[in-house]
Amino acid sequence: MDKKIYTVLLADDDPDYLYQVSYYLRKAGYEVIAVESQKEAEQVLARTRPDIAIFDLMMESDDSGFILCYKLKRRYPDVPVILATAVSRETGLTFGLSSEQEREWIRSDLYLEKGVRPEQLNQEIKKLLKI
Amino acid sequence: MAQLKVLVVDDEPGIRSGVARILRNFHVTYPFMDEDYTYEVLEAATGEEGIEIMERENPDIMLLDNKLPGMQGVEVLEYVRRTNHEIIVAMITSYASVDIAVKATNDGATDFIPKPFTPQELKSSIEQITKQQYLKRITHQLDEEGKKIRYQFLSVLSHEMKAPLNAIEGYLQMMKERQLGDMVDDYASPIERSLQRIQSMRNLIMDLLDFTKVSFEKHLENLQEVNLEEVASAAIVTVSPYAIQKDIQFENRILNCRSIWADPNDMEIIFNNLVSNAVKYNKTGGKVIVTIDCNDTELFLSFEDTGIGMSPADRDTIFDEFSRIKNEKTRNISGSGLGLSIVKRVVALYHGVITVESALDKGSIFTVIIPMAQVQNIKDGL
Repeated sequence: MDKKIYTVLLADDDPDYLYQVSYYLRKAGYEVIAVESQKEAEQVLARTRPDIAIFDLMMESDDSGFILCYKLKRRYPDVPVILATAVSRETGLTFGLSSEQEREWIRSDLYLEKGVRPEQLNQEIKKLLKI
Repeated sequence: MAQLKVLVVDDEPGIRSGVARILRNFHVTYPFMDEDYTYEVLEAATGEEGIEIMERENPDIMLLDNKLPGMQGVEVLEYVRRTNHEIIVAMITSYASVDIAVKATNDGATDFIPKPFTPQELKSSIEQITKQQYLKRITHQLDEEGKKIRYQFLSVLSHEMKAPLNAIEGYLQMMKERQLGDMVDDYASPIERSLQRIQSMRNLIMDLLDFTKVSFEKHLENLQEVNLEEVASAAIVTVSPYAIQKDIQFENRILNCRSIWADPNDMEIIFNNLVSNAVKYNKTGGKVIVTIDCNDTELFLSFEDTGIGMSPADRDTIFDEFSRIKNEKTRNISGSGLGLSIVKRVVALYHGVITVESALDKGSIFTVIIPMAQVQNIKDGL
């Protein structure tokens, strides 16, 4: 079993979501850097290389998550990113990461609708970190 | 490297080869993708040939001259529109033909490149178009079916409605699993946060009801005499618990025109939203001045605060649905993001306008002007 402690960068402007997800991830053994905005996330990325990142889609602007994915991948191409949002598919927002075209412009490794259980989130993180 | 195909439809060979030469080494870089766009230029000397190449090659951009030997540019445009091609058309045109420009815009041309053009002018147009094309790809051509606005509204609405549910559900889940301990006191903060989220959800639902009502309201209903001074006072009373907390002083400047003829609900919507915003976005110890005035032609309401103000960019979007200014100073201010869009719609029902003047860190003044004919003053005799 790998003893390395992995660092998760978590950006979300919903303080409750941030608190809850940080709580569970810390409990699962991760080190969590929790920030409330795209701006703060960018500041963290400028000085730290997280092992994985989880970004909310809509923060200061509607596409903050997209921009963060892009900026993170430009700086650290190997760091996996999860894009999380409460926006659901029924509304016509149909992007996923299924087609080539979408993968080309959404620089994210996984797209998650918010409301996933902590264990499931942990599973997804382990998959992306290959642990 | 992504490549876009540019089709030049122009009967002058010089223009065609010029475009090809200018775009050969041109590339557009985009802050978002680490991929640059380059261009492949296709040439057509007539409209007929242009259509043939478009059908075969599916180009992304068409640079279209209007004066062509056979089929005219506007006819090509008409064909593009009729056949629903996803191509961006820019007309190459001389300044003189304004009428053609107007018609072409109505027919779906997105840009104009004046003729003669410099390489720089062409490049900046192509850059603009490329960005537009790229954004279109992001929104997945939903705008094409007129779904864009609905999609934005619904996606943001679903976001706003689900976020508090997720938060509350998350806290209940923590309690169920006894994550923070066995005592109810261990959960004081999650309980408090849950109550706050429920309150904001309730406000959102109330605003949504107002929003739906004014969106479907085609004509004014329930008209009666409304005393604006009373409406203003009631709005101040409603917000007073919060105003006391922030030590906000109110000043009512009732200059004229206390009673008008209107739907009282509509006036409540205007005053409640604007007064509560003036408090919410104020500084501690700040001031709110509500002015009611009228002359023979106009009813004038203004709501002035000494609050945090807003940037010009924010000022352009605050009347949009779900637009909320997000920065350090607004972080702890809750709101549905619907209030001002509701007020704007209500004011429009009375053929009025709402405007805002603002300076960062100094405050904002929202002004509502409604034609007197819409709210005839009772005192002046109806």
